[in-house]
Amino acid sequence: MNYKELVNKPQKFAPGHRSCAGCGFPQIVRTVLASTDDPIVASCATGCLEVTSTIYPFSSWKIPFIHNAFENSAATISGVEAAYKALKRKGKIPKNKKIKFVAFGGDGGTYDIGLQSLSGALERGHDFVYILYDNEAYMNTGVQRSSSTPFGASTTTAPAGKVHQGKEEWKKDIMQIVAAHHVPYVAQASVHNPIDLSMKAKKAFECEGPAFLVVLQPCTLGWKYHPSMTIDIAKMAVESKFWPLYEVENGKYKLNYTPSKPIPIADYLKPQGRFKHLFKPDNKGLLEEMQKKVDERWDELVKKCE
Amino acid sequence: MIPVTKSKTHALTGAQAVAHAMKQINPDVVSVFPITPQTEIMMQFSQFHADGLVETEIVRVESEHSSMSCCVGASAAGARAMTATSSAGLALMWEILGVASGLRLPIVMPIVNRALSAPINIHGDHSDAMGARDQGWLQIFSENAQEAYENTLLAVRLAEHKDVLLPVMVCQDGFITSHCVQNLNLFEDNVVKKFVGDYNPKKALLNTDDPVTYGPLQLQDYYFETQKQRADAILNSKKIYLELGKELSKVTGNNYPLFEEYKLKDADAVIVVMSSTAGNTKVVVDKLRKEGKKVGLLKPRLFRPFPYAEFGKALVGKKYVAVLDRAENYGANAPLFGEVKNALFDSVVCDENKNVPKLKSYIFGLGGRNIFESEIEDLFNLLLTGKFDETKVGYIGLRGEQK
Repeated sequence: MNYKELVNKPQKFAPGHRSCAGCGFPQIVRTVLASTDDPIVASCATGCLEVTSTIYPFSSWKIPFIHNAFENSAATISGVEAAYKALKRKGKIPKNKKIKFVAFGGDGGTYDIGLQSLSGALERGHDFVYILYDNEAYMNTGVQRSSSTPFGASTTTAPAGKVHQGKEEWKKDIMQIVAAHHVPYVAQASVHNPIDLSMKAKKAFECEGPAFLVVLQPCTLGWKYHPSMTIDIAKMAVESKFWPLYEVENGKYKLNYTPSKPIPIADYLKPQGRFKHLFKPDNKGLLEEMQKKVDERWDELVKKCE
Repeated sequence: MIPVTKSKTHALTGAQAVAHAMKQINPDVVSVFPITPQTEIMMQFSQFHADGLVETEIVRVESEHSSMSCCVGASAAGARAMTATSSAGLALMWEILGVASGLRLPIVMPIVNRALSAPINIHGDHSDAMGARDQGWLQIFSENAQEAYENTLLAVRLAEHKDVLLPVMVCQDGFITSHCVQNLNLFEDNVVKKFVGDYNPKKALLNTDDPVTYGPLQLQDYYFETQKQRADAILNSKKIYLELGKELSKVTGNNYPLFEEYKLKDADAVIVVMSSTAGNTKVVVDKLRKEGKKVGLLKPRLFRPFPYAEFGKALVGKKYVAVLDRAENYGANAPLFGEVKNALFDSVVCDENKNVPKLKSYIFGLGGRNIFESEIEDLFNLLLTGKFDETKVGYIGLRGEQK
C-alpha cells in the first residue's frame, strides 16, 4: 500500500478521542486497522489507548471492541477467537465469513503484567494479531519505569538524581521472547514509517496463527519533547540503530531497513528530556555504554538476518 | 425422588455430575485450568471433548486469571462460556470476576469449594466462595452431587435471563461432594437441551455489522448509574431464580427454593448450615425428632442475592438458632452468620412480639476438618437447654475449645 491508498481506506478509529497532541498511537491504530479489508474485532489492555478512546458514552472504535483489564488483552482475544471458531462450527456464523482479531497493549501491559497472558495465547496458536505500542514506560499512570524502559531513561519510579541516573537495567528484548514461541510472524516497526507498518500489519493479518508487532511510539509527555517532534524522534530511533525495523517470518530473520549513515545514539537521546541527565559531563561513560550496547545488539541482529 | 421425565441412575461423584451437566449444556467455549479439587470436572469434560461428545471449543489457558479473561472475551463475543475453579484459582480470578459481572456477561462457573492459603490446604471449606461473594455474581450452594448437577442447569438459564445477565457460581464442597460417589439421576440430553435452550445475546462482538464497545471508561458522570443497574439486576434475580426453578421442577420433579426448610416449622432449636453438612444435619434431625425433640434445619441455597426477608420470616419466633459457617471472616461476623443476623434484625424490628431467637455463631470444618453427626447432635442438645453464651463465637471440632 502507498500513502494515498492508506489514507483513503475506510476510517475504523474515529477522531475526537482524547489522546495528547503529538501522541503516536492513533496513527498506529489507524494504520493497522486499515491493513485488512476483513471485519476486525479488537481487544485492548488498560492504558492510554483504552482510556482516551472509550470515554463513555463515546467510543472511537467503529469496529467491535472490548477492554477487559490491564494484563489480559491476549487472553481476552483468545476467548473471542475461540467463540468465533465454536459459533462457526455450530453454524451460527456463516462459513464464508472471515473475521480478523487484534489485541492491543502498551509496554506495561505486554512486557510486564501481560507477558504471561500473551505467552499463553501465542503458545495456544490462536489466529490473532498482537499489536504492542511501545512508549517505554507506564505513561497512563504518569511515566513509571517498565521493563521496556531503556537504560538511562529517567522515569518517576526510577528518576535521575544525585546518586542514581535513571534506569540501571537494559530494555527487555520482547522480539526474541515472542520469536521463541515460533509463531508464524513477528515484526518490529515504528510509527514514523506507516508504509512499513502497514506492510507488516497486512502480513500479520494474513498469516494463519498468532502474529506479533511491536511498534515504537514516542510519548511527548513521558519522553519530554515538543509534540511536533514525535515522528522525527521515532525516525531517529531507527536511524541510530536503536530501533531496527525487522521481521521474523516463519523463523527467517529479515532487516527491513539499514541506515546508510547511522547517527550516534546521543543524537537520538539529545532532544528527549528523559535523557537530559546523561549529557552531564559525569555521565559520559553511560552514553558510551549505551552506544556499545546498541552496536552489539545491531551486530547480533545482522548476524541473524544473514 | 420421582423424576417427571425419564432419568437414569448413575454412580457419579459431584465433580463428574457437573461435568455431565456441562456435556448436556454443550457450551460454546470452556476454558480449562487445573486446580485441586476442581480438576476432576475439567478432566471429565475434556474426555467428553476428546470423544467428540461436545462441540465446545476448549481453551487450555495458562492460569485462572486468563481462564476468566477468556470467558469474558468469549461471552462478550456472543458465546455461551463456562469454566470451573477452586480456592487459589478463584482468588486469582478475583479482578476479572468483577469485570464479568460489570459487563453483564452470563458466565456459569462451577466452584468446588476449598480452603484458601496460608497455610496451604487442598480440602473443603467455603473461604474461597465467601471471599468472592460481593463481586456481583449469583451464588448457589449445593448439598450433594444431584443438586450440583441440577443447579448447574438452572444457572445457565438464570445467568442468561434478559432481566439478570449476570454470572453465576454453582458451589459444591471440595472432596466431600466432588470426590465421593453418589447415586445420581441424569436427565435425558434432549430434555436438558430443551430446558437450557439457545444463547442469543443482543449485543455481541462477533456481530461485526453492529459494532459495540465493551468495557469503556466511565468516570464520575456515569459509573454510579451503571453500578446501580448491576445492584438492581442481582436483587431482581431472586424472582427469576424462583420462576426458572418452577420450570425446572417440571423436568426434574425437584424443588428449587431460596433455601430448604427441613422440619423447621415447629422447631425450637434450629441449625443453619449449607452444602454437604446440611445432609449430615438432616440425619441428626431425624434421629432427634424420633426422640421427641423439636429440632430443624435451614439450608441456604441462594447465597447471592441473599434472601433477607424470607430468612427473617423463616427464623423469627424460633427459640434457639445456631449458624454454622465453614469460613472465617477475620475481624467480623462469619459470612453466613452475619447475613442471618441482618435478616433477623429486619424481621424482628417489624415483629410486634419481638420474638428474637437466641442466636449463636459457630465456625466448623476449616481446611476440610470433619464434622461428625455426634457433634451436630451435641449442638442440638445444647441449643435445646438454652444454656449457651451467644456473645461468643463457638468452634466445633477445634482443639481446646468449649462449645
